[in-house]
Amino acid sequence: MGKLFSGAEIVFKVLEHHKVEHIFGYPGGAVLPIYDELKNHKTIKHILARHEQGAGHAAEGYARSSGKPGVLLVTSGPGATNAVTALTDAYMDSVPLVCISGQVPTHLIGTDAFQECDTTGITRPCTKHNWLVKDVNDLAKIMDLAFEVATTGRPGPVLVDIPKDIQFKKTNFVLKSSNKKKLNGKSSSNGKISSSDLDNVINLMKKSSKPIFYTGGGVINSGPDASKSLRELVSLTGFPITSTLQGLGAYPGDDPLFLGMLGMHGTYEANNSMYSCDLMINIGARFDDRITGKVDEFSPKSKKIHVDIDPSSIGKNIKVDLAVVSDVGSFLKALNKRIKEKHKDFLNSNKQNISKWWKDIDKWRQKKSLSFKNSKEVIKPQYAVQRLYELSKNQDTYITTEVGQHQMWAAQHYKFNKPNRWMTSGGLGTMGYGLPAAVGVQIAHPDKLVIDIAGEASVLMTMQEMSTAVQYKLPIKIFILNNQYMGMVRQWQELLHEKNYSESYTAALPDFVKLAQAYGCVGIQATKPDELDEKINEMINTKEPVIFDCRVDPAENCFPMIPSGKPHNQMLLGPEDEKEEVSDEGKTLV
Amino acid sequence: MSKSKSAYSEPGKLGKSEHHIIVVWVDNEAGVLARVAGLFSGRGYNIESLAVAEVDKKKHISRITIVTSGTPSVIEQIKLQLKKLIPVHKVADFKRNDPNILFKELALFKIVSSKKNREKAQKACKKYNSFVLDKSKNSFVIQVTALRREIDKLIETLSPLGLVSTSRTGAVAMTRGAEIFK
Repeated sequence: MGKLFSGAEIVFKVLEHHKVEHIFGYPGGAVLPIYDELKNHKTIKHILARHEQGAGHAAEGYARSSGKPGVLLVTSGPGATNAVTALTDAYMDSVPLVCISGQVPTHLIGTDAFQECDTTGITRPCTKHNWLVKDVNDLAKIMDLAFEVATTGRPGPVLVDIPKDIQFKKTNFVLKSSNKKKLNGKSSSNGKISSSDLDNVINLMKKSSKPIFYTGGGVINSGPDASKSLRELVSLTGFPITSTLQGLGAYPGDDPLFLGMLGMHGTYEANNSMYSCDLMINIGARFDDRITGKVDEFSPKSKKIHVDIDPSSIGKNIKVDLAVVSDVGSFLKALNKRIKEKHKDFLNSNKQNISKWWKDIDKWRQKKSLSFKNSKEVIKPQYAVQRLYELSKNQDTYITTEVGQHQMWAAQHYKFNKPNRWMTSGGLGTMGYGLPAAVGVQIAHPDKLVIDIAGEASVLMTMQEMSTAVQYKLPIKIFILNNQYMGMVRQWQELLHEKNYSESYTAALPDFVKLAQAYGCVGIQATKPDELDEKINEMINTKEPVIFDCRVDPAENCFPMIPSGKPHNQMLLGPEDEKEEVSDEGKTLV
Repeated sequence: MSKSKSAYSEPGKLGKSEHHIIVVWVDNEAGVLARVAGLFSGRGYNIESLAVAEVDKKKHISRITIVTSGTPSVIEQIKLQLKKLIPVHKVADFKRNDPNILFKELALFKIVSSKKNREKAQKACKKYNSFVLDKSKNSFVIQVTALRREIDKLIETLSPLGLVSTSRTGAVAMTRGAEIFK
């Protein structure tokens, strides 16, 4: 009989097997045996957050920026319930997370014991799968499977709930190596792409005179090679391309074929192209309601192709004409190969076909929908993001955001050239995501510039994680567009509720410069446009964490926008467009 | 239409709702029924009846039969979402009026009434494969197997005849002929 291992040891054995280097967490009574074992595993570093939600978002930022699964370790009861927001966020945005939670000992389950909650029950709808380990002999197998489920197919969070007695119990450690290691989005079962599918796609592309690529987070999740293939496909075809919020960075943001982000706060040219196109090629996006607007009038004249690794994403919101269930990276590679082999001269022979389309697009571009009225007296938030971009684009910068107006301005005005550089909470829209996510990104990329473009309301939700950044000497930059309002809430109240700014103004904000000093990091404030560049440079050159209080115009609204219930061709471009009265019907739909 | 500036879009046109029987083969493990039922409630799908039991003792496979209704796209989503669950092996879907499928539901009725009414009740059950399982001086318990709507109708008939308790299993289904669902 070989050496016996405790449950806690087995947890680390499997983490080591999966080459986990960092875990984010917070200790407590029901996980103490696992924390006790930490000292014996030098290759695994634990990052102590200040709240389990922070640990969860940090793990998300780590995963999204590195392509590796994020690992989260929390205790029972409140530890697990605090992690629920991060798990749900990861579920919505397809981020691979493995959450290990402690549980009260097996014999106390169901007795309302101290710090007991039904963790697997609570997390069932916000994980791809979860397990309550009732027998230590199952632990290794379950832990290993947890990694496989989190990282294959459409990635997402999983949770393994381990009662305290199971962490102490000893058994043999056997890990069958039959599980092949697969990373993000590499689905095993759907690996084959038929050549007839490819030919059908190419035929539709050839027939189209108004094509558009509509790409999403699936391209990012499929790995950096998928982004490379996407760029090749666009250059092989000369088709215009637009991207969802989550897909930014898969295609260079400053390329002339890129129309900018689409959707509710997308560009005029992207949304009008989506409305008027005759062929839409959706690659790794999910027809989210922020994208489609009114479903009945969504892109009425187009044939639609949808490539997605998740079969349930196809046909869920929008009917499509051609569906391909596949990892988008493998699909793009195969499609490029087919085009190069069989349709060598596609770009030139097709140029005439789509030249009128590009003229239409150029007309829409002339509207300059992202323009705004700049000011010499007050910092416009869009201007702040533009300056931040100009002053940080010469280095490999990672951007996270919170949720709200600042998030949309960041998406509109910061141009991404590489995948995995943009971390934002899109599906769940979690205020407080960006700061802890920046912590996780900086752990994965210690030498890179990591900036959280934040709003003052969002950032206060998880501000405690500054303490984590200081403890681990993570030089994250928290760039707060401080307008003293929950800006997006205020914008909607202006549009829908007769400027009744009910509870959206924060009357007693902290002094962010002093707050930074209290945390032991650097505080910088900018109030005038002419000092912005100098202050931003000061922030970038600071080797410590920084909280940057950028005082911006409190009344600025985020444009362009599609009012919901409207199709893509009816956008509001600026303040002049919003004068019309809002119907009662419209109000009830919020 | 008046101008709407809502943060959410309005509901689109709805397709026609139809009845389907969904059969799901799952690993018989803790929480599996909660996963399936939770998927239905969480996504707003409808469950009219649900029948479940282990059908393979060696492999611990349970067979769940769910009667549901929804538009064609909702039914398609139900199937695709079910297939994503880790313990789910396969999912079959039958229209309720599919002639190649057998549907049956078992019901137990307790009748307490006069001799005359008990005789009437027993007669009403006769064509549904009925068995009297228990008898006393003024009551009996009878078992029938029939289609859901036949049982619905039978309950209406039996109510004035002294029906005091009803227990139904929910529908189970199987294909006709030698074929099995792969």
